[in-house]
Amino acid sequence: MAETLLEVSQLRKSFGALAATDGVDFEVRAGETHAIIGPNGAGKTTLISQLSGMLRPDSGRIRFAGEDVTRLSAPARSKKGLARSFQITSIYRDFSALDNVALAVQAHAGHSFRFWRPAREEAALREPARRILEDVGLGARAEVLAANLAHGEQRQLEIAMVLATRPRLLLLDEPVAGMGIEESSRMVGFLSTLKGRQTIVLVEHDMDAVFSLADRISVLVYGRIIATGAPEEIRANPEVRAAYLGEETA
Amino acid sequence: MGRRALILAIGLLLLAGVPPVAALMNQPFYLDLIRRMMIFAIAALSLNLILGYGGMVSFGHAAYLGVGAYAVGVLAHHGVDSGWLQWALAIAASALVALMIGAISIRTSGIYFIMITLAFTQMLYYLGISIEEYGGDDGMPLATKSQFSGLVDLGNPTAFYYLVLGLLIACLWFSHRLVNSRFGMVIRASKSNDPRTRAIGFSPYLYRLAAFVIAGAMCGLAGALLVNQTAYVTPEFMNWTRSGELMFMVIMGGMATPAGPVLGAFALLLLEDVLSAMTQHWQIILGPILILVVLFARRGLAGLLLGEREGGGGSHG
Repeated sequence: MAETLLEVSQLRKSFGALAATDGVDFEVRAGETHAIIGPNGAGKTTLISQLSGMLRPDSGRIRFAGEDVTRLSAPARSKKGLARSFQITSIYRDFSALDNVALAVQAHAGHSFRFWRPAREEAALREPARRILEDVGLGARAEVLAANLAHGEQRQLEIAMVLATRPRLLLLDEPVAGMGIEESSRMVGFLSTLKGRQTIVLVEHDMDAVFSLADRISVLVYGRIIATGAPEEIRANPEVRAAYLGEETA
Repeated sequence: MGRRALILAIGLLLLAGVPPVAALMNQPFYLDLIRRMMIFAIAALSLNLILGYGGMVSFGHAAYLGVGAYAVGVLAHHGVDSGWLQWALAIAASALVALMIGAISIRTSGIYFIMITLAFTQMLYYLGISIEEYGGDDGMPLATKSQFSGLVDLGNPTAFYYLVLGLLIACLWFSHRLVNSRFGMVIRASKSNDPRTRAIGFSPYLYRLAAFVIAGAMCGLAGALLVNQTAYVTPEFMNWTRSGELMFMVIMGGMATPAGPVLGAFALLLLEDVLSAMTQHWQIILGPILILVVLFARRGLAGLLLGEREGGGGSHG
């Protein structure tokens, strides 16, 4: 379990004078669920975007599975097994739920310069997609247009797409954001079934979700990680309480 | 699917029935008009591949119409009248031009994409104007119609008509297969949500470029047909207003619908024909009609007449 899957060292990214990522060091061990928390504007999404390859850091290094991926594009990182969900749900709204997941399967099933056979009739794409939809609890909604799914279902769908890429590391950007209590507890329940099987980096505002899912927590404040540790250590850390948790756990 | 396929089949049967009816009524003009519509329908179908399904707003699609037409015209000018050779060159040259324009423009998006495709087409337009050998801005007549080893005689209006109809059906079938293949799904996914497409592991650039080249090649074929239709080639084939017309055909017919562009091409050319017979200022009437269609029929004529929905959404299979 102690093997390091993701290692970030001295990562920096500035937007003008704002150092959104200001020398971040942290590591994710294989199999753990590692939460990143921090107040609004702490640079959480910026960090995730650099991990997934959508933003290029100014300096620093990202190693994934022993390989330097700092300069790799997002599609290339996805091929290596790094997958992300977005804070604002990012799905194909004008495709059915099943199409959405089948596309994610297709992205990892060789090249797509195949011009003739109808993709919607390929069992090799549809079957795995259907199974994953069942897994996330959307089995009965497979044929529904993604735009017509409820908000919570859309988030589930996005997770299904991310899982369909068979990632080694899952980057989840606020998976329960904007969800009702019931939806969010269902999502947390689902994510907890992934625990142990799947290495997860979880950026989340919802402290109930974080403390029930995370094995370890890193606290990001103004682009820096001020503490990393088990949930109870983080809860007890005075610096963290002052910077962030104070009002939430009071 | 069943109902739409039926309507399509009926439509194509009606088209197949035009030559005998026109002959019976002694109205060869209609044969000519409808053949012209079908040629533009092929061009509109090709634009739909990238504009409708790929979200690439190419404002220079007439370029390939022109390249295809000039390829045939120039070969004929130099005494090469083999249609096999002419049309192969028309398709290859259009594909090559599309490859060059696409390689640069697809790196951009939005307004830049529109302006770059427009700018390249204007370059070709002025190139056509500047080459005196091929008639400059007057253009040149087609020396002889394309010859197909005596197999099809394009000089025979009916034979030419059925050739165009056959090619239109082939293009409809081809684009239907294409947009539903794995390749087509990537193009449509990239239009629907590009960041998501990258994040799940696709690199859309090469797929989009390939679609751009395929669309250019198909439009080059339409150009080869058009020059045989008009027996004349001029830089006007590449005028930006022509690119605009092609866009209108696609939008009016229904973007990202399988047969919408055919409806759009027929409707636009029919309107032009009917209105221009009524008044010299027919564009004043055409304009508002186009605006109304865009405003009130979001899925175009295909949406109104066939209940067609845009995009990948529903299940086609």
